[in-house]
Amino acid sequence: MKYVNQPVQKKDAMALVTGQPVYTDDIAPDNCLIVKVLRSPYANAWVEEIRTGTAEQVSGIACILTYKDVPKKRFTLAGQTDPELSPADRYILDRHLRFVGDAVAIVAGETEAAVDKALKRIKVNYRVEAPVLDFHKAKDNPILVHPEEDWLSKVPVGADNKRNLCASNVEEKGDVDAVLSSCKYRIERTYRTKANQQTMMETFRACCYMDYFGRLNVLSSTQIPFHVKRILGNALDIPASKIRVIKPRIGGGFGAKQTAVCEIYPAIVTWKTGRPSKIVYSRYESMICSSPRHEMEIRVRAGADENGIIKALDVYTLSNGGAYGEHSPTTVGLSGHKSIALYRHTEAYRFSYDVVYTNLQAAGAYRGYGATQGIYAVESAVNELSEIMGMDPVKVRELNMPVEGGPLPAYGDVPYATSCSMDRCLVRAKEMMNWDDKYPARDMGNGKVRGVGVAMAMQGSSIACVDVGGASLKLNEDGSYTLALGCTDMGTGCDTILSQMAAECLETPLENVNAFGVDTDISPYDSGSYASATTYTTGNAVIKACEELREKILAFGAEMLGTEPESAEFDGEFVISGESRVSLKEIAGKSTCGSSRELQVTSSYSSEISPPPFMIGMAEVEVDKETGSVEVLDYVAVVDCGTPVNPNLARVQTEGGIAQGIGMALYEDVQYNEKGKIRNNSFMQYKIPSRQDIGKIRVEFESSYEKSGPFGAKSIGELVIDTPCPAIANAIHNATGLYVRELPITPEKIAMGLWEKEEKAE
Amino acid sequence: MKISFWLNGVYCHEEVEPGVMLLDFLREKGCASVKRGCETANCGLCTVLMDEKPVLSCSVLAVRADGKKIVTMEGMQREAEEFGSFLAQEGAEQCGFCNPGFIMNVFAMLKEIKEPTEEQIKEYLSGNLCRCSGFVSQTRSILKFLKYKKAQEGAV
Repeated sequence: MKYVNQPVQKKDAMALVTGQPVYTDDIAPDNCLIVKVLRSPYANAWVEEIRTGTAEQVSGIACILTYKDVPKKRFTLAGQTDPELSPADRYILDRHLRFVGDAVAIVAGETEAAVDKALKRIKVNYRVEAPVLDFHKAKDNPILVHPEEDWLSKVPVGADNKRNLCASNVEEKGDVDAVLSSCKYRIERTYRTKANQQTMMETFRACCYMDYFGRLNVLSSTQIPFHVKRILGNALDIPASKIRVIKPRIGGGFGAKQTAVCEIYPAIVTWKTGRPSKIVYSRYESMICSSPRHEMEIRVRAGADENGIIKALDVYTLSNGGAYGEHSPTTVGLSGHKSIALYRHTEAYRFSYDVVYTNLQAAGAYRGYGATQGIYAVESAVNELSEIMGMDPVKVRELNMPVEGGPLPAYGDVPYATSCSMDRCLVRAKEMMNWDDKYPARDMGNGKVRGVGVAMAMQGSSIACVDVGGASLKLNEDGSYTLALGCTDMGTGCDTILSQMAAECLETPLENVNAFGVDTDISPYDSGSYASATTYTTGNAVIKACEELREKILAFGAEMLGTEPESAEFDGEFVISGESRVSLKEIAGKSTCGSSRELQVTSSYSSEISPPPFMIGMAEVEVDKETGSVEVLDYVAVVDCGTPVNPNLARVQTEGGIAQGIGMALYEDVQYNEKGKIRNNSFMQYKIPSRQDIGKIRVEFESSYEKSGPFGAKSIGELVIDTPCPAIANAIHNATGLYVRELPITPEKIAMGLWEKEEKAE
Repeated sequence: MKISFWLNGVYCHEEVEPGVMLLDFLREKGCASVKRGCETANCGLCTVLMDEKPVLSCSVLAVRADGKKIVTMEGMQREAEEFGSFLAQEGAEQCGFCNPGFIMNVFAMLKEIKEPTEEQIKEYLSGNLCRCSGFVSQTRSILKFLKYKKAQEGAV
C-alpha cells in the first residue's frame, strides 16, 4: 500500500511545531468578555441568599448570573449519543452545591481584573450540610447528593437518586459459585484504583459569539462537537438548531473533553448578553472541577483447575461517580466486560456493580474508560493466583488468553474474537524482555532488586450499534479532494490517517486530499472521537465515501467519453475507455465550473460489532529496598491493533498511553481532605511523569487483520493505557514479595510494606 | 511603566502595568506560540528566551524585559521548522500545545551543551511536560537532529 501502513507526517505538523495560532484561545475574538465562575467552598451546601449588587457595580462587569437566571431543566454534560445513559442531574447553576468547586455564580466582564474583583464582592449565605465523602458509605446513606424530584435517568441502568445510586446491575452466566468451588485453586482479592486527572496540556476552554443569523457560535476545545451542540440546546433550553459548534486544533483530550465541562458558562453569557465571551479554565479549575477517572474498588474472585485453566471469574466493582453522573453508568461496564473477556475458558462469571454519588468532584471519561481499572484488578488477581499455583504468570496467559475465533466471555460486542494475535504478541514480548532470564527477579547486590511483570489487555473499537462515523468527500475544480470530517483530531492525527485512507482509496497523492473538521454546520454527523472509535468507524465511513465518489467520477468521465461506466475504468488519474481517456482534472473542471453537477458524497458508518484490539505489556522495575522507590527501567509493549494505519502515530499513541499508565501506577492520586477539598490542585502536588520518570519504552506491532476494519485496522488509543498498572504491580511484587493492592504504588507503601514484613519475620 | 526591549529582533517601547506577567504581555503582543499550561511554573509551556537564556514567562514580570532581548518562537520560525520537522517525522508533535515551549528550551539547551547525552537531554528538559507523547519520541527526534547537525557540520 502506498499510504496506508506508512509512517507519513501529520498534515498539521508544521503548523504545530512552529507555534501557529491554531487553538481556541489563539483565535477567539479580541473583544470577548472574560467569563469566570464563583465556586462552592463546601462539599454539600445550599445557597440561602446570594447578593450580587456591589459586584455588578464593578466597572467593566457585563453580567452576573445566579441560579435564579438559568433554565430549570436538568441535563447531563456527558458526551454520549441520545438518549444518554448518564442521568440528567444538572442545572447550569443550582441552589444545591454538591462538591467543593461546584458552580455558584457566573461573572462576565471586560477584563480579568474586573471579573476577579466582582467575584470577591458576591455575597453568599450558605446553608452547610454534612457531605457524603466516603464512597463505601454512599449507597443508601441518609445524606442524598441528588434529593431533587426532577432528577432523571432516561435509560434503565439501575439508578436511583434516593439511594445515591447512579447505576447498578448484576450480569451472570452459569453458576459462578459452583464452578468456583469445583476449582482446585481459588483466590479472592480487592483492589483499589484512584481518581486520576487527564491533565492534557491545554486546559478546558471555549469561546462563544452570535453570528449575523442570530445563532450561537461556539468555538470549543472538545472531542464531541455534535454532542456539545445538543448538550447546550438542553442546558439553555433552546433548539439545537440555534447552535453551531466549531472545533479548532485541540491541545489534548484523553477523554476529559468528552464531557462538556466548560461550554455552558460562556454559552449562557453570550446568549443573554449577545456579546462574545470566552472561558479559559486555570489548571487549578481543571484539577478541582473537571472530569477525572472514576475511583474504583474492585473485588475479584477467580478460580483455576489443576492445569492452570481459569474457569470462573466473579467481579464486583464499586465506582465513585462523584457529585454528577457523567459517564458513570457506562465506564463501570468496561471494568467487567473488558477484563473477564481476557479469559477464554471461563465457564461461569458474574459481573456486578454499584456506581454511587458522593460529594466529590464528578468523574468522567479518561482513556481506558473503566477497562483500565478492571484490567488492573483482574490481571493482578490472576498474577496472584499464578503464584499460588506455582506457575509462571506468562504460562498462565499462554493457556488462557483470547485467540482468533475463540470466545470473549462477558464482552458482548462481538460473538468471538474476529481477529486476534495475542499469542504472537506474547511470544514476541517474552523475547524482547528476555523474560525467562529475568523472571521473577534479580538482586543487584546494592540494596536494589529488579523484577519483571506481565499483563494483557483488550479494549473495543467503537461502541457497537451506537457510534456513527461520517465523511463528506468532494472533488474540487482543480482535481483535489476535500474530506470533511465530524470526528475530532485532538493531536492523535486522525485527520491525517483518514486522509491516508482516502488517498489510498482514491489512488491520489496524500497532498491532494484536504482534510477539514469540525464545524457542525458543515461536517457530516459523527458521534465524536471517543470509545476508540475514530480509526475504525470513521475510517470505514471514509472508505465508503471514496467508493461512492469513485463511482460518480467514473460515471461522469464515461459520459464525457461518450460511453457507459461499465466499459470504462478510473485509475485515480484518468477515466479510461479503450483508447480514449479523460483526466481527473478535466472531470473536476467540467463537474464544477463547467456544469452544475458537483461531485460530492456523504457517507456514514456504524458498526454492529466492536472488534477488540489486544496487547501484552511487560515491565522491568528496579526497587530500592531501603527507600521503596521504584524506577521503571524498561517497558515492552507488543500490540495487535490490526493494521497500523500510520505506524509512527500508532507507536507514539502506545508510548504516550504507557507513560500515562506509569503515572497512574506509581504517582497520580486525586486526594481529598476531611471536608472534601482536593489536596492536589496544581502540578505542584499532582505529579504527572516527567521525562526523567520514563525509562525505555519499546513498542512493536504483531498485527492481525480485522476484516470488518478499514484496511484491516482496529483501534489503539485506549488499549495502550491498560497494561502498566497490573504489569508494574506484578514486577514490584516479584522484586519485593509485596502485594500493594491500592494504586498508586508509592515508595511509602513499599517501604512500609517491607518494614512490616521484616517485623513479622523477626 | 515604560519599558524598552527587543521582541524577536525588533526594538519596542511599551507601556505596561507593573503586575503584568511576561506571558500575558507577549500573548497580547501577538506571540500566540507562548502558551499557559499551569499557574505554578511546573509545565514549561511558556518558555521563551531572555538574553538567550530560557525563562518561564509565567513567572517573569513583563517589566523585567526592560533592556532585554526577548525571543519567542515567532522569532525563530526557520529554526523551528528545521528542528520541528524531526519531531514531525516521529509523530512526536502530537497535540502540539507543549511544542513551542519545549522547542525553545531545546534551542536553549543546544546553546549551552553542544552535544548533550540522552541523560543530559532528559535532565535539561525535565521541566517541559508533555502528556501525549510519553517523551520517548521527543528524545528520538532530538538525537536524530543532533546527528543531522553533526553530519551537516562535518560536510562543511
